[in-house]
Amino acid sequence: MSERDAGRAAVDAVYRNESRRVLATLIRLLGDFDRAEEAMHEAFAAAVEQWPRDGVPANPRAWLVSAGRFKGIDAMRRDSRVDASYDTVADLTGQDTSDPARSVDEPVEDDRLRLMFTCCHPALAGDAQVAMTLREVCGLTTEEIASAFLIPASTLAQRIVRAKAKIRDARIPYEVPAAAELPARLDAVLRVIYLVFNEGYAASSGDTLTRADLSAEAIRLGRLLVELLPEPEGAGLLALMLLQDSRRTARTSEEGDIVLLDEQDRSLWNREQIAEGLALARRALASRRFGPYTLQAAIAAAHAEAPTPEATDWNRIVGTYNLLLEVEPSPVIELNRAAAIAMRDGAAAGLVLIDSLLARGELAEYQPAHAARADLCRRLGRTREARNSYRRALELTRQGAARRFLERRLAELPAI
Amino acid sequence: MQYMMMCCIEEKRWAALPESSREAIMRDYGSWVADIEKKGQHRLSARLVPTASARTVRHREGRAVATDGPFAETKEQFGGYHLVECRDLDEAVALAMRIPTLPHGGVVEVRAVQPET
Repeated sequence: MSERDAGRAAVDAVYRNESRRVLATLIRLLGDFDRAEEAMHEAFAAAVEQWPRDGVPANPRAWLVSAGRFKGIDAMRRDSRVDASYDTVADLTGQDTSDPARSVDEPVEDDRLRLMFTCCHPALAGDAQVAMTLREVCGLTTEEIASAFLIPASTLAQRIVRAKAKIRDARIPYEVPAAAELPARLDAVLRVIYLVFNEGYAASSGDTLTRADLSAEAIRLGRLLVELLPEPEGAGLLALMLLQDSRRTARTSEEGDIVLLDEQDRSLWNREQIAEGLALARRALASRRFGPYTLQAAIAAAHAEAPTPEATDWNRIVGTYNLLLEVEPSPVIELNRAAAIAMRDGAAAGLVLIDSLLARGELAEYQPAHAARADLCRRLGRTREARNSYRRALELTRQGAARRFLERRLAELPAI
Repeated sequence: MQYMMMCCIEEKRWAALPESSREAIMRDYGSWVADIEKKGQHRLSARLVPTASARTVRHREGRAVATDGPFAETKEQFGGYHLVECRDLDEAVALAMRIPTLPHGGVVEVRAVQPET
C-alpha cells in the first residue's frame, strides 16, 4: 500500500470508529448540533487532503476535534457578521483556550454520554428521542431510520429538525444529569434503547418479523451505556436484549413464520450472547439496585438456562414475575405471569387469571391476551372458545408473521 | 438565557380556599421569589387580578373591538408570570417545580425568551 493509500484508509477507519465521538465533542465545544455536524465533515474533508500527504497524526481524534472546532468557530465568525450573535462566538473562543485534545480524553464524562442524555431529554417527544438517538448517537441516516420505522423520510427529517430547534431555542443542556435527576433521566434513555430493540425484534407492522439492524443498533447503544455509566439497570437492559436476541435465529422458521419458545431448536440459540447476558444479569441482580429491566432479564435467563422446555424452572419464573409486578404494576406483566402460572399449575389455572384480566377491560384490544387465551382453551380442549379467541386475536394483528401463526393455529383446531 | 414562567390557576378553586390557606401560599410565594432574587436570577414578576375584570381586544369587521372577559374559556386562568435568568431549560424547570400554587391546581408553562439579535 502506498503512503497515500494508507492515509486514505486511515481516514476511513477513523471515520467508522470515531466520527460519533468527534461529533459528540464538537457539539459540546460549538454548542449546536448542525454547526457541529458541518464542522465535523469539514474536518474529515481536511483529513482526506492532509493525512495522505503529511502522514496520519499521532492522535487522529484529537486532530479532528481541533480542526473541527476551528472550522466551526470560523463559520460562526462568518455568520456573526450577518446575524450578530457575536457574543456566542466570543463565549466559545474565550472559555476554552486549552488544547481541546486534552478535553477529548476526559475519562470521567464521555461526550457520547452527554449526547445520549440530550437526545433522550424529557422535553423532547418520545418519537423525537428515538429519531435523535439513532441519528446523532448511532449515526444512521435519516433514510435508514425512516425505512426501519416505515415512515416517510420527510416526516422523520422534520422530526429531527424540530428536535434540534427545541434543543437550541429552549436551551436543553448538553450534560449528564446530576445524581438526584439521574434515575428518572436514565429511565428515558433505557426506554428509548429498548424501544429501538423491540422495533427490530418484533416489528409492530410490516411483513418480516425481525429487523435485525435496529436490534443490533440497540445492543450497541446498550454496550456504550454500560461502558460509560456503571448503573445496574443499564447492565440489566443489555442482558435482556442479549438474551432475547440469542433466540433470533430460532424464533422464525425458514419461511419467516413464528416458532414459539417451547418449539424452538435450542441448538440454534447463540451461546455467546447467552453467556454474556447471564453474566450481566447476575451482576445487575447482585447490585440489589435493579429495576424492571433486570427482572425481565432474570426471566429471560431462566429460559436460556433450560436445556429443554420441560426443564424450565417455572416456579422461579412466576416468582420473578411477582417481583416485577411489585416494581412495575402492569396488565401486560400480569398476562405474562398468568401464562407462566399456566405452565406451572396447568392451563386451567392460567385461564382463570386471563379471563379475570380480560374482564377488567385494559387488555380488550391487546392481541397477545386473546392469543394466549386461545392457546389455553385449545390445550383444555375447549375448541369453540379457542376458535373465538384466535379470531379476535387475528382481528387485532397487522403484522404478517403473527397473522400467519394465528391462522395456522386456527386451521389446526379440530372440527367441532 | 431568560425564561418566562406563565402561571395559571383555577380561579374558582383558588377563591374557594380558606383565607388562611391563601395567605400561607402567598407567604411561600414570597420566599420563592426572595430566593431567586438572592441568587440574582429574578428579573420580573407580577400577579394579575382575576379574569372577571379582563377586557379582550380583537379585530372584527375591519376595526378593533373590545369585549368582556378573557380570550379563552379554559379550566385554568392565567394568573401571573415570572421572568427569570437561568443557565438552561433544566434549571428553569427545577425552579418552576417549587412554585407553591402547584399543589392547589396551579399549572406553569416554562418557555425560553427569544434572544434579541
